[in-house]
Amino acid sequence: MVQRAAHGDALVIRHLSKRFGGAVALDDVSLTVRRGEVHGLLGSNGSGKSTLIKVLAGFHTPEPGAEISLYGEKLHLPISGVDARAKGLAFVHQHLGLIPSLSVAENFFMGSLSTGHNWAINWRAAHRNARRIFESFGLALAPEAPVASLSAVQQALLAIVRAYEDIRIATKDHADRPGVLVLDEPTPFLPRAGVEQLFGLVRQCTDQGASVIFVSHDVDEVREITDRATVLRDGHLIDTVVTADTGTEAFVERIIGRSMERYAGAGKQRKAGAPAVMIRDLAAPGLGPVSFEIGRGEILGLTGLIGSGFDNIPALLYGARGGTSGYMEVADFDADLKHLSPEIALSRGIAYLPADRLGEAGIGSLPVGDNVAMPVYHTLRGALGLTDRSIQRHAARLGGEAGVKPNVPAMPLSALSGGNAQKALMAKWLQTDPSLLLLDEPTQGVDVGARQQIWDALDRTAAAGTPILVGSTDYEQLAQLCHRVLIFSRGQIVAELSGSGLTKDKIAERCYRSMPQAV
Amino acid sequence: MSEGQSDDSIAAYEERIEALEAKLRALEENVAASAEQAGHGFDWKMWGERYGLLIAWGVMILILGSVKPDQMFAWNSYATMLGSNAMVVVLTLALMIPLTSGDFDLSVASVMGLSSMLLAVLNVKMGMPIGGAVVIVLLVGAVVGLINAFFILYFGVHSLIVTLGTGYFINGLILWVSDSATIAGVSMGLVNAVILTRLFGIPIGFYYALALTLIIWYVFQHTSLGRRLLFVGRGREVARLSGVNVDRVRAGALMASGTIAAFAGVLYTGMRGAADPSSALAFLLPAFAAAFLGSTAIYPGKFNALGAFVAVFFLSTGIMGLNFLGVDSFVQNLFYGGGLVIAVSISQLIRGRRPMD
Repeated sequence: MVQRAAHGDALVIRHLSKRFGGAVALDDVSLTVRRGEVHGLLGSNGSGKSTLIKVLAGFHTPEPGAEISLYGEKLHLPISGVDARAKGLAFVHQHLGLIPSLSVAENFFMGSLSTGHNWAINWRAAHRNARRIFESFGLALAPEAPVASLSAVQQALLAIVRAYEDIRIATKDHADRPGVLVLDEPTPFLPRAGVEQLFGLVRQCTDQGASVIFVSHDVDEVREITDRATVLRDGHLIDTVVTADTGTEAFVERIIGRSMERYAGAGKQRKAGAPAVMIRDLAAPGLGPVSFEIGRGEILGLTGLIGSGFDNIPALLYGARGGTSGYMEVADFDADLKHLSPEIALSRGIAYLPADRLGEAGIGSLPVGDNVAMPVYHTLRGALGLTDRSIQRHAARLGGEAGVKPNVPAMPLSALSGGNAQKALMAKWLQTDPSLLLLDEPTQGVDVGARQQIWDALDRTAAAGTPILVGSTDYEQLAQLCHRVLIFSRGQIVAELSGSGLTKDKIAERCYRSMPQAV
Repeated sequence: MSEGQSDDSIAAYEERIEALEAKLRALEENVAASAEQAGHGFDWKMWGERYGLLIAWGVMILILGSVKPDQMFAWNSYATMLGSNAMVVVLTLALMIPLTSGDFDLSVASVMGLSSMLLAVLNVKMGMPIGGAVVIVLLVGAVVGLINAFFILYFGVHSLIVTLGTGYFINGLILWVSDSATIAGVSMGLVNAVILTRLFGIPIGFYYALALTLIIWYVFQHTSLGRRLLFVGRGREVARLSGVNVDRVRAGALMASGTIAAFAGVLYTGMRGAADPSSALAFLLPAFAAAFLGSTAIYPGKFNALGAFVAVFFLSTGIMGLNFLGVDSFVQNLFYGGGLVIAVSISQLIRGRRPMD
């Protein structure tokens, strides 16, 4: 694929590679972004698309031999942030870079406030100026309003307009350089209507000649907004396609790759019988309402792309977050989720293991023994009350069963490896024989051996009749572990996979599409 | 030129990876070693950490005693010192409870002063029997704790700010109820019950402090309530997700702190038979110094009653010795102020190296 760096191209990347130690994150990637086009950048986690963006933003130094030029002018590598900005390259990251407690205008002019020296800021003129610019984009934003009072969509729009204005100011002496705007996954947390508004704004920018690089997981969105799109997989550039000529299937195929080793699903059969857990009209910000059931002894997986809303469900069903509504029936317990608290949930036998191991699940500075024994202190009291000896003896027994290494309950939890800490924390909840076990990314950062041990422990627990809910973005784990998987998009369940239809590839395929469709 | 740079950065990466691998190996060996130690064998380092403060106390007595043997080796000196520091022990215990659950209570010394003054006002000026007055004063301490808890938990204001404010507010109250004057003539019953009655030559107030120390040691070490308190202090979110009612625990800790600080005020009045509007405030820093110094001893790495008890007398022995040497009274400030900073630094060192006991 030899392309001549035509004068009409905005951004040209040639032979870009990046290694981290022995791992290749980007392998000889070349791509061209034309003037006035929206160029999609697609790929799954680990495909190299964030590395590519980070090279452009100047966080990474590419391997020798790479060439990056902007409007025909070669950029010095590694790219310096100041230089790139001056030449017309601007970024909007997922976190937007806004300060919520400051006003819209203060955020809008942040660039010039933080670099220039201005001893007499005229805020009235600044507000007028901001209002004029917002109006030219058809945005109704009050310059005096604090950013915290804006909706998620308005915040995203503000960040984009700000980046675009920064480009315009930086390149005002070069009318032939309308600039390149990089939007790094701006949409996952936005409602559908907000995404449309955002796309409208992107179109306004490209109408004025600017180019936009649109980074996303979501095939449907990329098909809607982009002119061309580049797909990365495992650090390789798979293809650059004209969006209008490429169907959804073709995109998904390029993202997940047919040559990939197929992991067969475990093909576990769902147990028949009445459901043990019923969830009705579960709703929270960015989620639902959704209803689903979990059978006795069933392991139910929940997944979707980032922002699809599934990831909070284990915490919501434990009453750990505010703003929830809906109902849950577990055994003989009818819970109104609006009033559920962890204390009540726990008293009804519901157990929750959060993903944040040393922030929410366990206390690193306290001994493993205390971390493990906490829910059962009352059973460990002897004649002298609770003693370190009784706590540690109990924890050593559980740790031995769970395969925690080293099995020394007096050690602080933070001294254990991720996998062993997770085994210990899993044992903490399994000992309570829960009526419902809620798990959030149960094997994140866990080595392969420990992962299998944790899965085995969960299989045994389910076989004894406990319903288990697993929220995860690890498709392989879901395919291996679960009887059934629900796939979420924009807060709704869009697909259900089970039996032989439950494979890693099928899950991935359904996740990359945001639109609900008939199965 | 960019080629050279990249080569350098690859080399730098490889070097870092090697260093990390070496660290990992060291860590694994460390873990294996500590696993072995926990199983059997005597851990000298741990022993040294636990009893270091006691040993330092003994060494200090020997050094000061070699200069002033008549006073430093006289039982009477210690009997007096132990008795007159009873309320410091109690105040330190009061402070330690919210510190364990993760809140600072800067109002403890003010509560002690308020309770001391209120007791004198009720007993002397209003003629209330001493028993009833003590009960009222303890309740007032609990109410102050409740008010602190309300602002800290309901409005989510940092405890440092709330208790700084309530403490200052209380100082104003003390001046108001006392007309800024010392009130003397408190019931001899109280004075008898605090200082005049002696056991082994030590005023009985010391034994109250000792008993309270043992009670709090037991609660912290041997009840699930004490463990929960520690959980809340170390990981609020973990505790909440483990079904602990975090707000109730924190409010309870602050109320206990207020009540115990009020008890310190009762001892203080009993010790002198009088109450003055300002001297109690000077005990805030000694209490902090002792609480933090105590967290480096007996159960190193966490606030604990036995450590705090030892720390109070370690500090007051030092001051007593320096007084015998004829050093000016400003040395108290040097000793307590310096002691606090050094104690916190040491406890940080212990936490950094080995997060827990």
